[in-house]
Amino acid sequence: MLFRVFAKDQLINLYDILAVNHIVGPVSKGVDRHGAPLYDFDFIYDFAELQLDYTATIHSLKRFVLPPRETLCTFDLQTDSWQKHVDFNADKPIVYFGLHACDINALNKLDKVLLGNVFPDPYYAAKRKNMFIIGVGCMPQPFCFCKSMGTDSVLHGFDLFLTDLGDSYFVEIHSARAFTFMSSMECREPRHSEHQRFLEVTQERMNRFTCHVDTTDLTKILDLEFQADVWQEWGKKCLSCGTCANVCPTCYCYGIEENVDLSLQHATKTKHLYSCNLIDFAQVAGGHNFRPESHDRLKYRYYHKHRGFVEAFEESLCVGCGRCGQSCLANITVPEVIRSVRGEGGDHA
Amino acid sequence: MTAKEHTYLGVPVKKPKVAFFEFTSCEGCQLQLLNNEATLVDFLSLLTIVNFREAMSEQSNDYEIAFVEGSITRDDEAEQLKQIRDRAQTLVALGSCACFGGVNQLKNRFNDLAWVKKQVYGSHPIETREAMPLSAIVPVDLEIYGCPIKKEEVERVVTNLVLGKSIDYPKYPVCMECKANHNVCLFDLGQPCLGPITRAGCDAWCPTNRLGCWGCRGPAEKPNVRQLRQIMHEHGFSDEQMLDRLECFGGFGQYVSELKRASKE
Repeated sequence: MLFRVFAKDQLINLYDILAVNHIVGPVSKGVDRHGAPLYDFDFIYDFAELQLDYTATIHSLKRFVLPPRETLCTFDLQTDSWQKHVDFNADKPIVYFGLHACDINALNKLDKVLLGNVFPDPYYAAKRKNMFIIGVGCMPQPFCFCKSMGTDSVLHGFDLFLTDLGDSYFVEIHSARAFTFMSSMECREPRHSEHQRFLEVTQERMNRFTCHVDTTDLTKILDLEFQADVWQEWGKKCLSCGTCANVCPTCYCYGIEENVDLSLQHATKTKHLYSCNLIDFAQVAGGHNFRPESHDRLKYRYYHKHRGFVEAFEESLCVGCGRCGQSCLANITVPEVIRSVRGEGGDHA
Repeated sequence: MTAKEHTYLGVPVKKPKVAFFEFTSCEGCQLQLLNNEATLVDFLSLLTIVNFREAMSEQSNDYEIAFVEGSITRDDEAEQLKQIRDRAQTLVALGSCACFGGVNQLKNRFNDLAWVKKQVYGSHPIETREAMPLSAIVPVDLEIYGCPIKKEEVERVVTNLVLGKSIDYPKYPVCMECKANHNVCLFDLGQPCLGPITRAGCDAWCPTNRLGCWGCRGPAEKPNVRQLRQIMHEHGFSDEQMLDRLECFGGFGQYVSELKRASKE
């Protein structure tokens, strides 16, 4: 990896160099009812919109790589045959400007499932291969537990990673194309004092984590506590609304729907992201529902994230971004659920 | 409205004879059907429409599918509905009035319906009784929810009816579609919303336009109304505010009485 440093006022130059492409980054979405700022990822058309010092976005980056609704193909129906048209829906490269480590790690995890198996998902791949990613260091929020999930720093899956040193950015360069862009920027190699400053900033960030999840032996504990009463308690609270899965950067479950249009001459195959908390998630042909109870569905969401995925890939599918807990109207949060399953924390639900 | 024979992948498709009727309602749902001009011709050519007061003057009693809008508020409406039921193979309740009683059923909340009648109509002689959904009078085969209905949903239902495909509605609540539209949760913006317990299918029409859901499509399957009540309280909304919404379209009947009971405790 190569390192560079550039003055903060140079950031706009980096933006301008990249602005020949579409740019997606954190933008302001107003304030909540307590006056706290809200952020989300969106297309950016002006450097001034880019909010690099954002706290956290409401939704993950998923809408750009795994859209909630996506047309997989369309059909022209003829008398005795049909013609299928496939579009991977990735017509342009997109620069993602200002992703936190958790969200880059989330993409790396999605890659394992969607690119790393026998049948890679071409729709995801087309978008994923058309990304230029600029990461940015963050300050942990009270709900962030990425440190517990080992996703507080990121080692690959980005082109550039910026760390704020006060008056300058410390830059990690992780790709040849990123190096090319940096060559046209006013920047230099970091001095020894800046190495020190980088480590200080990193340490300061580490000290700021307040939210933790004990993942020790978690796969075993989840198996041991499969019948635990706490699941029932969380199930009573769960709205089965799918919000957690929608805001989650790594939930990828989906359903497929085929519709014939009114003229009976065309048809569309559409993919819808689904959530394992929705009531008919485990309903099969013939009508049997394997998980009619809300607590079962909620439990299996945790089992997939913290047990099944770990057994398959030796890492959790959760990146600790805390979005699910923040968005859950019923206040169901990962740290609280795991704590209760471990038999800690007493009065939780 | 006779057109060339329709085929689907070369197989002839029968054009069902369809009639539209309205009882106590604003007729807005039928108007929705005529709204989408881009697909209107295709929509009409899928069906042989024999009765549609808003769109044509001919009338016939020979139909297979009846779309019925509105709630039942008079005895003669009930009688007419029974006749429609006898004639139609498939009876479709169109919109929240037909499915749940709709806004009309708000009057059922008053104990003294004679007083209500007097307040609204004065001394004008008019027959009206408590507002009822179609299913209170006759068996209903299919319900299309919404106030108003979503044209795209009706188009899908009609296409599937014609092709003999199964007709499914979302069982999950509006939140799912609201999040798919990348909205900020209205509770975070200080508004009450029935999205977490209301059946989806509207594409979160109101919340996407920053109006909290009023539950016009009725309850999602197994809605967690108890938890939503707690959420309402945590966000500073009273049982009364929640009841206002739950009662508005009539879809939450059983949950309304439960909440009223809990509220008194």
